[in-house]
Amino acid sequence: MAEFLHMGGYAFYVWSAYGLTALVLLANALAPWWRRRQWRRARRARAPGSA
Amino acid sequence: MFQRFAFLASPGKFYAIAGAWLPWLSALTALGFAVGLYWGLRVAPPDYQQGEAYRIIYVHVPAAWLSLFVYVAMAGAGAVALVWRVKLAEAAVYECAVLGASFTALALATGMLWGKPMWGTWWQWGDARLVSELILLFLYFGVLGLHNAIADPRKAARVAAVLALAGVVNVPIVHYSVEWWNTLHQGATVAKFSAPSAHASMLWPLLFMGGMYLLYFATVLLARLRMRLLEREADRQWVRELQHG
Repeated sequence: MAEFLHMGGYAFYVWSAYGLTALVLLANALAPWWRRRQWRRARRARAPGSA
Repeated sequence: MFQRFAFLASPGKFYAIAGAWLPWLSALTALGFAVGLYWGLRVAPPDYQQGEAYRIIYVHVPAAWLSLFVYVAMAGAGAVALVWRVKLAEAAVYECAVLGASFTALALATGMLWGKPMWGTWWQWGDARLVSELILLFLYFGVLGLHNAIADPRKAARVAAVLALAGVVNVPIVHYSVEWWNTLHQGATVAKFSAPSAHASMLWPLLFMGGMYLLYFATVLLARLRMRLLEREADRQWVRELQHG
């Protein structure tokens, strides 16, 4: 495991690349969920009891 | 034939159909990424010259492929928005620009992280591939900026579509830059007429990751388009009728 994480001495470069990728792809995928929650909340605030 | 695609012209129908597909597409994408990461990081052998650092290509190359693919998709949506004024196409111009800019930024960032240990430099202004990819990022920013600068979202989409279409000239420049100018960035590994130059044990996980990026793009685009239509059409009947909005 430690050897795997070490990436033959390139750990910083490899894990930065994968980490950045994960961060950006996840943020883009989760954004619509987040917007949806806000949208629902706003709708409930506009018309209490209807949704 | 056209009947089958009629749902694309109706935001309400698109919302329902995309909503039914999304859970399956999301599960498939997550599973695919798990397989692709394991394949690229654990199963594929280290490179005889680059050692473990070459594993960056499994996130770099698919991001670069998608940066161009999404641009063409955005320009295509722009053409549809300009000619037929389809609301879904107008929304797609913006959402493609967000995702395309992300892929382009990732291609640049992961490329720099690969370039530093392998070429000994993060960046080189004289390299045609690097600079044309940076121009691609600015084109995406231009589309997003125009979109945000114009208050009427329908008009904004059409103006942004014009820039998106004009910027298409940059796509072949990015793709062929490594052939036209023989500078720092190496030539194509996969997309060329002779056989690919990477070994199959390294090539297959790369192609697989490319497929997963494409699947990710399709899935996230659908989710984002749904949300965008919901916000845009808030006063329409189909949104008001939604039970679980």
